[in-house]
Amino acid sequence: MTANKEQYRAEVTKQFQEKMDYDELLNCMRCGFCLPHCPTYIETDGNEAASPRGRIALMKAVVDGKMEPDEDFEAQLSLCLGCRACEPVCPSGVKYGHLLEEAVDILQQNKEHSMPVKMFRSFLFDHVFPKPERMRQLNGLMWFYQKSGIQKAARTMNLTKIAGGHMAQMERVLPEIPSPRRMKQRPRRVEAEGERKKTVAFFSGCLMDTMFMDTNDETLYLLKKAGCDVVIPEKQNCCGAIHAHSGEKEQAKELAKQNIAAFEEGDYDYIISNAGGCGAVLDEYDHLLKDDPDWSERAKAFAGRVMDISEILYDAGLPPMELDAQIVTFQDSCHLRNVMGTASAPRKLLHQIEGVTFVETAEADRCCGSAGTYNLIEEEMSMQILDHKMENIDRTAATTVVTANPGCLLQMKLGVEREDKTSTMEAVHIVDLLAKAVRYKEEKTGSPV
Amino acid sequence: MLKQDVRDQLTAIVGEENLLDSQQDLIAYSYDSTPDFQELPDAVIKPRHTEDVSAIMKVLNEEKLPLVPRGNATNLCAGTTPLEGGVVMIFNHMNKLLEIDEENLTATVQPGLITQDLITEVETRGLFYAPDPSSMKISTIGGNINEGSGGLRGLKYGVTRDYVMGLEFVMPNGDIVRTGGKLAKDVAGYDLTRLMIGSEGTLGVLTEATMKLIPKPETKKTMLALYHNLESAGDTVSTIIANKIIPATLEFLDQPTIRVVEDFAQIGLPTDVGAILLIEQDGPPEVVDRDMVKMKEICEQTGAMSADIAATPEEGAALTAARRSALSALARMKPTTILEDATVPRSKVAEMVRAIEEIAENNNVEICTFGHAGDGNLHPTCMTDARDREEMKRVEQAFEDIFAKAIELGGTITGEHGVGAMKSPYLSWKVGDTGVNVMREIKKAFDPNNIMNPGKMFAKDEKFRVVVEK
Repeated sequence: MTANKEQYRAEVTKQFQEKMDYDELLNCMRCGFCLPHCPTYIETDGNEAASPRGRIALMKAVVDGKMEPDEDFEAQLSLCLGCRACEPVCPSGVKYGHLLEEAVDILQQNKEHSMPVKMFRSFLFDHVFPKPERMRQLNGLMWFYQKSGIQKAARTMNLTKIAGGHMAQMERVLPEIPSPRRMKQRPRRVEAEGERKKTVAFFSGCLMDTMFMDTNDETLYLLKKAGCDVVIPEKQNCCGAIHAHSGEKEQAKELAKQNIAAFEEGDYDYIISNAGGCGAVLDEYDHLLKDDPDWSERAKAFAGRVMDISEILYDAGLPPMELDAQIVTFQDSCHLRNVMGTASAPRKLLHQIEGVTFVETAEADRCCGSAGTYNLIEEEMSMQILDHKMENIDRTAATTVVTANPGCLLQMKLGVEREDKTSTMEAVHIVDLLAKAVRYKEEKTGSPV
Repeated sequence: MLKQDVRDQLTAIVGEENLLDSQQDLIAYSYDSTPDFQELPDAVIKPRHTEDVSAIMKVLNEEKLPLVPRGNATNLCAGTTPLEGGVVMIFNHMNKLLEIDEENLTATVQPGLITQDLITEVETRGLFYAPDPSSMKISTIGGNINEGSGGLRGLKYGVTRDYVMGLEFVMPNGDIVRTGGKLAKDVAGYDLTRLMIGSEGTLGVLTEATMKLIPKPETKKTMLALYHNLESAGDTVSTIIANKIIPATLEFLDQPTIRVVEDFAQIGLPTDVGAILLIEQDGPPEVVDRDMVKMKEICEQTGAMSADIAATPEEGAALTAARRSALSALARMKPTTILEDATVPRSKVAEMVRAIEEIAENNNVEICTFGHAGDGNLHPTCMTDARDREEMKRVEQAFEDIFAKAIELGGTITGEHGVGAMKSPYLSWKVGDTGVNVMREIKKAFDPNNIMNPGKMFAKDEKFRVVVEK
């Protein structure tokens, strides 16, 4: 081992001892109840080290000085999807996600990245996600790519295939990017239609408010239909999920503070998110800022009001909905289900649509392999998980696969593409389907209900 | 670390991909579900079939290297912690359901098959595999047989032991032995099948099992009864049995457990409840209805504050919430949760629970008790912190007192978790020195080099529990 590597491992060990929550590590009683719920444990045919119980044992072994934080260790943590399916089934209530986040943060902060990687990370984490302006510019570039004919040329010349891996398929499933001009004209306030039942603040998200802007528009439409006044605080920013999960915790904290401050003005009942991944991070701002005396209380107040779009729509009630006869299934967003505890509201809403036959997919609660940036970093495992997922979906004979998070949506679109089923199967965001169903019914009955 | 030539011999058998010995693999297979026990193996091996197991055993026996067969390490007696190093054998490749024989009502399985997978599969055919240890979603049949696992349905349907009809196992010297079969009657020679059940991997390696199946009960109903005090609940249990009703489930929670459960789950249990009984009956609808009505009467006559029968399966599930969240609620209280399984004749349950409460107070430790009232199998559960060595001494003393009391009442030190390393110091309390001697001689006959799961079942020093320092 080189002196450099030795020094790195010693430093990582020291920081594990200082920073890891030892009570939480000990709280794992090793009962193994998490194993049958862990996608990577299952996909590795039962490799203990690739299970939550195993990974906790590895983290604890590093703290206890029984194990060097070697390459295997880092690879094992990287292989974890962070789906947190282990948490709801844990009798001891171990917050595995928090342990993982801390461990990844320590590893990342001590990493000697090569110059290109360093620049890319800095570009992405410091200059794109936290800057709404940049997100728009980047989208503008992609819009230009799609509209200018470059996309067509690149596809014809097979350039996207040369990019390697599943990038070619990935490129094909990206939604149509909204034009830069549209992106500038975002509303700040929407009035309830009919009797006002609730006032809510909408967390618009960075990816959702650019690449998936249509879905955000439909979200506002549905909230309005459900009788909600909606405020969209201007100074809000990226939720910080990508940062927190990629070992950039300090930046995640900064973003959290900006968002908390942005949502403190005004009087409303809930903070609504339409992306499970974002919602879960917002929901845990209290944990993220628990050691910051100036912010912990404010974070608690914020987190206490976070709610997923499906919950508020189900509670407040939507007008009658209908669609052409079709079989629909739902793929859970892991963080929506495992962290926010929302699983039944989306299903109940889908059941309300006339013409729709809802069929539950086996293991719908298991991660689709998207998991933030996971499908880029751990491509092989991600695709293995996705292919198993598609087999289960095929068994439902569904033509519409409904999701509740942009990452899952892209992954499911990728699944449809990989199976060559684009003509018979469609992956959609739940909001888009519900909005379509409300409009369909309105048009059929001739007037807004 | 294995010596290079031993490693070479083993990889020649199973292939490089089926021998794990990286740092992280050794850590990952260094523990089971028992608190405070951990030791690194030298390697982890994944045989593909019985012949692999036999060839591996020949090598290990020659080298006198320990072998620890491991299911999914959910046991609570340190049964699969490799205390003396050596090789941990896992059955990821040998996890198939080989056959369901609907004429003979048997299932033939490999040891690595998950218990729940067997249950689910046979139920699709209207059949029933009754043993249901709490860990069944991840425990393996091989593990269940080796530990002699029980479960909630034990009172009416018996335990794993009652469902094993035949076995194939590999001796430490590599010999392959087959016992029993699809036979209701078979008295040819010593009952080696029974000997292997609960042998905790100290005699040989299970490689195949033929399990008994029964027809699936048609319906099930659930009732929850609340009591002011433990003794009334005890009366109910005895009276139900005396009335010749054997319920499918007869579970209880004591007052400390109820308080913790209510704090955690907030399911609206009255605070003055001194004990809870969860009662289920299954079978043909008319029998279930008749038994439930009768049992409700008995509950009321013996002093229950209330006894509610669930009208629907959903309501039934709600009633079982308290029992189901018991372990969760207790496990969240302190970093270390020690779950024991002292067992007494069912007529002594109330007396035993009272004694446990006194023992906890005398030793100044926190113990809650829940468990299977119907078969006298109790789970006194201690919430503690393994880092607090002074408290851990008191915890050990308390459990020692509990074991002593259980024996005094005609019970045993372990009903379904096994002896392992956790309770080996107390084995002689139950079976006597002569009993331990017979067992030691059997062990020697099977395994003269003492390579099969060494350090388990038999203590080096009797009576004092071995606590492995971290």
